[in-house]
Amino acid sequence: MTTQASGTTNDDRTTTNGTGHPILETARQQVLEDGIGLTQAQLEEVLRLPDEALPAALELAHLVRLRHCGEDVEVEGIISIKTGGCPEDCHFCSQSGLFDSPVRGVWLDIPELVKAAKETAATGATEFCIVAAVRGPDIKLMNQIKFAIDRIREEVDINIACSLGMLTQRQVDQLASWGVHRYNHNLETARSYFPQVVTTHSYEERLETCAMVKDAGMELCCGALIGMGESLEQRAELAAQLAALEPHEVPLNFLNPRPGTPLENQGIMDGKDALRAIAAFRLAMPRTVLRYAGGRELTLGDLGTREGLLGGINAVIVGNYLTTLGRPATADLNLLVDLNMPIKELQKTL
Amino acid sequence: MSAVSTGSTPEATIGSTAGGPLPTEDFCGHCGEAYDGGECPPSYAHQRCRERLAMEPPRYCAACRRRMKVQVTPLGWTAECSRHGVLAS
Ligand code: SF4
Repeated sequence: MTTQASGTTNDDRTTTNGTGHPILETARQQVLEDGIGLTQAQLEEVLRLPDEALPAALELAHLVRLRHCGEDVEVEGIISIKTGGCPEDCHFCSQSGLFDSPVRGVWLDIPELVKAAKETAATGATEFCIVAAVRGPDIKLMNQIKFAIDRIREEVDINIACSLGMLTQRQVDQLASWGVHRYNHNLETARSYFPQVVTTHSYEERLETCAMVKDAGMELCCGALIGMGESLEQRAELAAQLAALEPHEVPLNFLNPRPGTPLENQGIMDGKDALRAIAAFRLAMPRTVLRYAGGRELTLGDLGTREGLLGGINAVIVGNYLTTLGRPATADLNLLVDLNMPIKELQKTL
Repeated sequence: MSAVSTGSTPEATIGSTAGGPLPTEDFCGHCGEAYDGGECPPSYAHQRCRERLAMEPPRYCAACRRRMKVQVTPLGWTAECSRHGVLAS
């Protein structure tokens, strides 16, 4: 597996002093030195920092990431094996069959999936996540997943993750026995805001799947989607709730309002608020893989993407998302070279 | 296969055309509404759609407005109209 030249490490920056704001001084000791994430109330303070304190917040979050996670960046590709037609009503999602979305239902065949896995691995990615737009998998989907995993394993050296909605214990056990090393199931938003966003299943149901995944020994990938109209308190609540779950990875999505969904007229989140959220999530979870996920292109653009990578992010989704396009893979990979950030190697993830 | 630029997205090409005529730009690939003619770039109403098509594949066939079957992969996408064939990145 190729590792990009790291050159001088960013650890030099750990000597930087003077954050200039009381919550950042607290975070410097509590999170950077002691490795203890901020509480919900403290996170709210970070999210309320004035613009002039944002560079210091990002710098501190970056130092926390370097100290507690290292300088590697984990690269992942995601792919939809079953797109659209989902019976759930997550108000942000163009794949819900309950909304008048232009996304049509489609299944990806296995040879295409294997081809995509090969292409993803060729970028240096160590993770390949297979996603299905379902409430939970049925037997047909589980059989497809098993077949897909076997075919990918035969031809591609990459970790396989899955995101198939809510699971039964039996399904959790099956996925673990098939070697799925990480399972994605997002909280999406704060418990207090969840009923505004999803009515067809509960927060507790999501937590149950997360708990089963961890108990089965798979890594839990549990993400957030911010910018859906939640308050700053609720954003802090979400970060604290995620921290309490101790997920291995948190993908951080920013709302990309999709045509036909109930949130289609929600504005695009302010870029500075997005960066404050990145810093806050890192200060909530010093050791978690914090991944840039969907919506960053719209919310942050090229410059913001760079700032986030220097502000606590230590993983990216390379290339496209499930129904929308990301930055060209080369743009992100070149940016990592520019920033002297090596791509995490496969053996380090095993 | 001779690749024909449709103009739907910057790098899109069309594969098979299922025996039909080559598509014309009658409908917006993003919102599915009719293009109202005029010079390129198209009307202001679809300018935003054009911008969005740099960040997402087309969902509607530019020739007949059918919703297309779209498959996105990490490094590419295809969009298939049952009448006018497959667009690919
Ligand atoms: S469960 Fe997943 S695919 Fe289904 S509507 Fe919700 S977010 Fe979309």
